[in-house]
Amino acid sequence: MLKILKYSFYDLMRSRWSYVYFLFYLLLGFVLLFLNNDVSKAVITLMNIIIVLTPLIGTIFGVMYYYNSTEFTELLLAQPINRNKIFMGQYIGISLSLTLSLVLGLGIPFMAYGLFKSSIIFDFSLLLVVGSFLNFIFVALAYNIALSTENKIKGFGYAILMWLFLAVIYDGIFLISLVFFNEYPLDKFSLIATMLNPIDLSRILILLKLDISALLGYTGAVFRKFFGTNIGMLFSMFVLVFWVILPILRMNFKLKKKDF
Amino acid sequence: MMKYKILLFFFFTTFTISAKQIEVCETCTVKSIKEAIKIAETGDEIVVKKGIYKENNIIINKSISLIGEKGAVVDGEDTGGIIIFEADNFTIRGLKIINVGMSYTIDYAAIKVIKAKNFIIEDCILENVFFGLLIEKSKNGIIRNNRISGNRKSEASSGNGIHIWDGSEMEVYNNQLTGLRDGIYFEFVKQSVVFENNSHNNIRYGLHFMFSNNNIYHHNEFKNNGAGVAVMFSKFITMHHNTFKLNWGSASYGLLLKEIYDAEIYNNLFEENTIGINGEGCTRINYKNNTFLRNGWAIKIAGACYANIFEKNDFMHNSLDLSYNTKKNDNSFNNNYWSEYTGYDLDKNGIGDIPYRPVKLFSYIVNKTPEALVLLRSLFVDIINFSEKVSPVFTPDDLTDENPIMKKIND
Amino acid sequence: MIEFKNLHKRFGKLTVLDGLDLSIKEGGIFAILGPNGSGKTTLIKCLLGMVIPNTGVISFKNENVLGKFEYRNNLNYLPQIANFPPNLRVIELINMVKNLRPKKSKEQELIELFGLGHFLNKKLGNLSGGTKQKVNIVLTFMFDSELIILDEPTTGLDPIALIHLKDLIQKEKEKGKTILITTHIMSVVDELADEIVFLLDGKIYFKGSIDALKKQTENDNLEHAIANLISKQYA
Repeated sequence: MLKILKYSFYDLMRSRWSYVYFLFYLLLGFVLLFLNNDVSKAVITLMNIIIVLTPLIGTIFGVMYYYNSTEFTELLLAQPINRNKIFMGQYIGISLSLTLSLVLGLGIPFMAYGLFKSSIIFDFSLLLVVGSFLNFIFVALAYNIALSTENKIKGFGYAILMWLFLAVIYDGIFLISLVFFNEYPLDKFSLIATMLNPIDLSRILILLKLDISALLGYTGAVFRKFFGTNIGMLFSMFVLVFWVILPILRMNFKLKKKDF
Repeated sequence: MMKYKILLFFFFTTFTISAKQIEVCETCTVKSIKEAIKIAETGDEIVVKKGIYKENNIIINKSISLIGEKGAVVDGEDTGGIIIFEADNFTIRGLKIINVGMSYTIDYAAIKVIKAKNFIIEDCILENVFFGLLIEKSKNGIIRNNRISGNRKSEASSGNGIHIWDGSEMEVYNNQLTGLRDGIYFEFVKQSVVFENNSHNNIRYGLHFMFSNNNIYHHNEFKNNGAGVAVMFSKFITMHHNTFKLNWGSASYGLLLKEIYDAEIYNNLFEENTIGINGEGCTRINYKNNTFLRNGWAIKIAGACYANIFEKNDFMHNSLDLSYNTKKNDNSFNNNYWSEYTGYDLDKNGIGDIPYRPVKLFSYIVNKTPEALVLLRSLFVDIINFSEKVSPVFTPDDLTDENPIMKKIND
Repeated sequence: MIEFKNLHKRFGKLTVLDGLDLSIKEGGIFAILGPNGSGKTTLIKCLLGMVIPNTGVISFKNENVLGKFEYRNNLNYLPQIANFPPNLRVIELINMVKNLRPKKSKEQELIELFGLGHFLNKKLGNLSGGTKQKVNIVLTFMFDSELIILDEPTTGLDPIALIHLKDLIQKEKEKGKTILITTHIMSVVDELADEIVFLLDGKIYFKGSIDALKKQTENDNLEHAIANLISKQYA
């Protein structure tokens, strides 16, 4: 598996898109820090971008890589290697290279700005951790979609739809149902609904750092316990890990029956 | 008139001649404070030496000074009130008073002052108190450099640190108050100043005004209280250079204003409170040069607030800047700095060329459905906020800052 | 050497293999023929473990292969379409496959044979279809395995490369290897195949030598003999 990972990783590291992605984050980091001169604001803006963009890029890269390497995958499948390992290798290779673009792209400007001395470093590293998780989750989801869809165009469509759904539509439905069922106790519902969407989950993780003062304005006991203690942070992290494992499990399950 | 002056002359001569010092200690002739009080006369100074004095309900009705030397501790053994002054012109200094009894019917205090004028309470350490200082119907008192702490868990079983009921011309400064219900509580108190105090980790409020007019508080720090400061049913209060910090919780505010008129609020810092300022029924209040940093809500206007002016304040990185529960607006926002402002300044005069709209649709929704807050900073919320910004439907359409400043105003 | 027993495979509603039985003995060149969609590639992919049959048993050297992967170390496969990661260089790809298969390889003489020396440091994305196919052939023949499976090996090759390929196949046969070829080029079949396996409707329709086929269809020309077989499908 490590060998496949290595080659997928090298392959992606040499692709133009990895550089574009890396340069984008690099530029973003520099612009936010050096033109704005307000680190708090930079972190908030970054959060908005990371929450939306890393899933999108992860999805697109995942689907694209899968479909573009089908023939190569066939060549690998004819080699004496377990097929699970081939796909896990590719999956980890993509996720890692995307994560590297993210971490380096943002890390370099923040380092240049001398961020490591300030206390905001925790917020910032949380952003990077969450961004990396989102990479791993969405590449896995994209691979799931690609594995289940033979048609490349359809697969692309489904993947983009999935992103759109999780990034925007889900929250719309969520908000509307909250407003609609206003009279009922909604704290458990809203926590569960948050857990069921990795983008919302990541957002909450960052909110726990950036907007804890607002979150503690809730009256519900469940909320208070969740937001007021470390339980929220630990539990969210745990669910995030689960969000990585679940699609990987499905991927391996799907692979058992998949024809190439 | 002449007769009165002569009387006063006699008073002073007897005072200077007969003033004596009474020492209290284990090995002294006077072994308890109560004994010392008994033999003391007006103008005497009682010096309490190092040692633990298990006494309570010490009633002092003479104008004397009660001085504690280092290590002098009065232990009330949780039975009731400890020292009660019912006299004018007294001083109490340097005494450590601990373990005041708790009661649901009687307000036991470490030091209780009734109908007194011209007194000083200073350098005292009051620990494990129910009420710390309880001052009734008094005027012209100085309360300074004291450390008052309680360790009560609930609002009902705790008392206030400095509780003044019906007083005037009080000076309360440089005190530390913690673990109490209210750090400082003023009811029917006039012409008083509260400054440089540090009131933190109290169950209810750091400082609380009820029916108290014409007071000033400044340079205080209120941290980690149920709410920083509550000003209720009061007029002409001036609040400046205070810090309101980390007041977190479902009913937590940096500053709670309820039914108040004609106040000045300037140069304060509101940092990381659930709500920076919560206003209900506030009229003619000027908010100037305050900084609102990383609060949940910088300002929440709950209704019936008229003719408030918000000028030259910094609103920085608050989850929500402003929440309004009405569509009507009679308050003015002008020349503030808003970190969320995305406009531009083409003529380079330091003022944004397009107005800023501080109330967002999302803050309206959260008002109606508090749970919706979990969607804060979601892309969907940004989208609906944007559409509301373009054409306001739910939020007051005249609520804008016409001249938003481009750069942070206050340091 | 290879046994397929009662092999069924459906893709959705389409039945591709319908109870196929086939056994292939060790040594020799077997041409797997059949009209488009008859299941040739599916059959090969089943053997390779890429397509998983609905039912049936496949054994290679008397061992069941379903769900296993180690046995593939003893077979070489030339896929139909040669498409490789465009960012890798030729030499990197060759090294990578070598790396994946810890087995003695003889890529150097093959590279010389097909004149790929100049291309070793080119990125695969920049190669022409024919050159890619040559790389593909190198990758297939560089290992010494008992079974060689070639899916349309002649696609895009120039005549010289084609001659080299045929030589290569003959040499491998002489070493006693078993070689499976699918192709639509009848001259290749005529020239190389010892035995023909003809698939129709997901079953083996004919299995035997070229002569036997010619005899059965009463046709002297192989191409026509095959056409004769295929036309039965349309009848």
